[in-house]
Amino acid sequence: MARRILTALVGAAVMGIGAHAASAATLDDVKAKGFVQCGVNTGLAGFAAPDASGNWSGFDVDYCKAIAAAIFADGTKVKYTPTSAKERFPALQSGEVDVLARNTTWTINRDTALGFNFRPVNYYDGQGFMVRKGLNVKSALELSGAAVCVQTGTTTELNLADYFKSNNLQYNPVVFEKLEEVNAAYDAGRCDVYTTDQSGLYSLRLTLSKPDDHMILPEIISKEPLGPAVRQGDDQWYDIVTWVHYSLIQAEEFGVTQANVEEMKKSTNPDVQRFLGVEADSKIGTDLGLTNEWAVNVIKAVGNYGEVFDRNIGAGSPLKIERGLNALWNKGGIQYAPPVR
Amino acid sequence: MNTHQATFVRASMIEASPAPIQTGGLAYWLRKNLFATPKDTALTIISLLVLAWLVPPAIQWLFIDAAWTGGGRGVCATVAQGGSQPDGWSGACWAFVNAKFDQFLFGRYPIEERWRPALIGILFILFLTPMLIPKVPYKNINAILLLVVLPILSLILLPGGWFGLPFVETPLWGGLMVTLVLSFVGIAVSLPLGILLALGRKSTMPVIKMLCTFFIEVVRGIPLITVLFMASVMLPLFLPQGVTFDKFLRALIGVSFFASAYMAEVVRGGLQAIGKGQYEGADSLGLSYWQKMNLIVLPQALKLVIPGIVNTFIGLFKDTSLVSIIGMFDLLGIVRLNFSDSNWASAVTPISGLIFAGFIFWLFCFGMSRYSGFMERVLDTSHK
Repeated sequence: MARRILTALVGAAVMGIGAHAASAATLDDVKAKGFVQCGVNTGLAGFAAPDASGNWSGFDVDYCKAIAAAIFADGTKVKYTPTSAKERFPALQSGEVDVLARNTTWTINRDTALGFNFRPVNYYDGQGFMVRKGLNVKSALELSGAAVCVQTGTTTELNLADYFKSNNLQYNPVVFEKLEEVNAAYDAGRCDVYTTDQSGLYSLRLTLSKPDDHMILPEIISKEPLGPAVRQGDDQWYDIVTWVHYSLIQAEEFGVTQANVEEMKKSTNPDVQRFLGVEADSKIGTDLGLTNEWAVNVIKAVGNYGEVFDRNIGAGSPLKIERGLNALWNKGGIQYAPPVR
Repeated sequence: MNTHQATFVRASMIEASPAPIQTGGLAYWLRKNLFATPKDTALTIISLLVLAWLVPPAIQWLFIDAAWTGGGRGVCATVAQGGSQPDGWSGACWAFVNAKFDQFLFGRYPIEERWRPALIGILFILFLTPMLIPKVPYKNINAILLLVVLPILSLILLPGGWFGLPFVETPLWGGLMVTLVLSFVGIAVSLPLGILLALGRKSTMPVIKMLCTFFIEVVRGIPLITVLFMASVMLPLFLPQGVTFDKFLRALIGVSFFASAYMAEVVRGGLQAIGKGQYEGADSLGLSYWQKMNLIVLPQALKLVIPGIVNTFIGLFKDTSLVSIIGMFDLLGIVRLNFSDSNWASAVTPISGLIFAGFIFWLFCFGMSRYSGFMERVLDTSHK
């Protein structure tokens, strides 16, 4: 009985999604209510976590602030909705949040069947393995028969199964519900191998009793492009979220930082002038539904992409994640912004 | 002639012999309780060995080796982990609890407005304490203060938004404050509602009886986690866009209904334990239904089920931590959330935080339990 009621409710809910997706002009709604409602993680080191005074901070949180700054010239006009892995999609579908910046992997299913739009990838992640050096393992292909610690209910668990199956390797999964349980089990030696997204391996390293006894294997077994997601059917809003990311990348490429942005407005470089909206007869922002100063406001609020990265997850943070794939395209990475023209 | 001269009769009083050495003192207590038989002696020695094995390392870890103060993960991490403690060090990270203590109490409630929940907390203690001590007079005024004035004040002060107080929306609430508000409302609603439901279920009026039974069975039949999840995830999909129900309110209603259904069954157990003679006696005195229940049946029934009622309260208090699955941060939720602060990431941070949260939960539950034991003794009229 309960199951039948549930089925009916889910059915009704799915039909409800269709109705909501048709309602347009998120930008107008956001301007009317005066803040951006941003869906974030319920706690992930470096991406969305409380700071000393309890305010949200992190890589994803800075994207929320950047979007707010682009619209209101004020990075504080954000309200955060912490969402669990299960809650995040219904929260975006129902319109409870305007944008989901919650380390969400862009997949075809989420892009199409679930009715979302992804475009910029703000963090290229991938699943990796960490092992004890004592095992003398140099590659994941030597891990046959290993006990692998993994968090249950994640794509990580599925990728792991796929990888070992396709390579004809045996393994014993040791699964846990909570991340800290997995960490504790690996540290206590209950399994030989720990697998999760690389960004997670870095935060794990902070909590191991002897970090030097562990090494990360070279294999990356999945592509995890993380980025902000919005509802389908509102191209203007989609453009804004997309170009906020590109403006951060572009700023890093031009060397525009939080500190020097006002000075850079006086730059003689026409590209920079155009980007910062100081060119005569500029329509750089008004075409987006924003002001021409939008990129300046974004950079004033959070800095450029490199600054956001360093502060939250890179060299300036305890996590110390390498830029890797997330370096600019002209510095060996694949972060690339289309021309601002 | 003195008839008392018989040789078998004592002429003088016998000397008082010393008291048996073993009716008092520490030695007697030890012998009686710990070393009475060889089996007792063996068990005592084994227990002492286990304690000696467990307690000193626990004290060492919890207090002596613990990091009490500091501003970041460095004080709770070893040199190899990038901190300042010597390698091989392990101890509780109370510095983490210390630094995050305000958050554990109030969540993300704005710092300059935290006097509001603090004031409510102080008033709560001021109103509750005399209520709990049977000898203190003016129970009626006290009950009004606690159950009417305090909720109204909380409704004004906690969210704010009037009388010039800035509005603090419920997603910013968190920590012990959320745990206490949820459990207090749950307890205050569930007891009267549970009694009404139990009476309804025992009623002879078919519609009332059916409705109450239906409510109890449906609510008891669904896991709380499902109710909360449906309320937070599915409900917004049915409502037109822009219409939102406060998440906290949804959780509050869910938790209260839930506890009421359980409470109803506990109270019904008490009602069934009251002999038929009590009902008939009340009827023969010509009392109305409500007089009968208020004066004769319920006082006896509720007294019988105090352990069950308190059991439900304690269960409710701990169930409130389920709200963390709908993105609200109760005490446990906010402690766990702070594990993700990379400035405090260390091997001992999570366990220290969980020990702290566990201790606070235990403190409240143990308090409720002791108080219920006390009430049982006070209300005991020795029919047993």
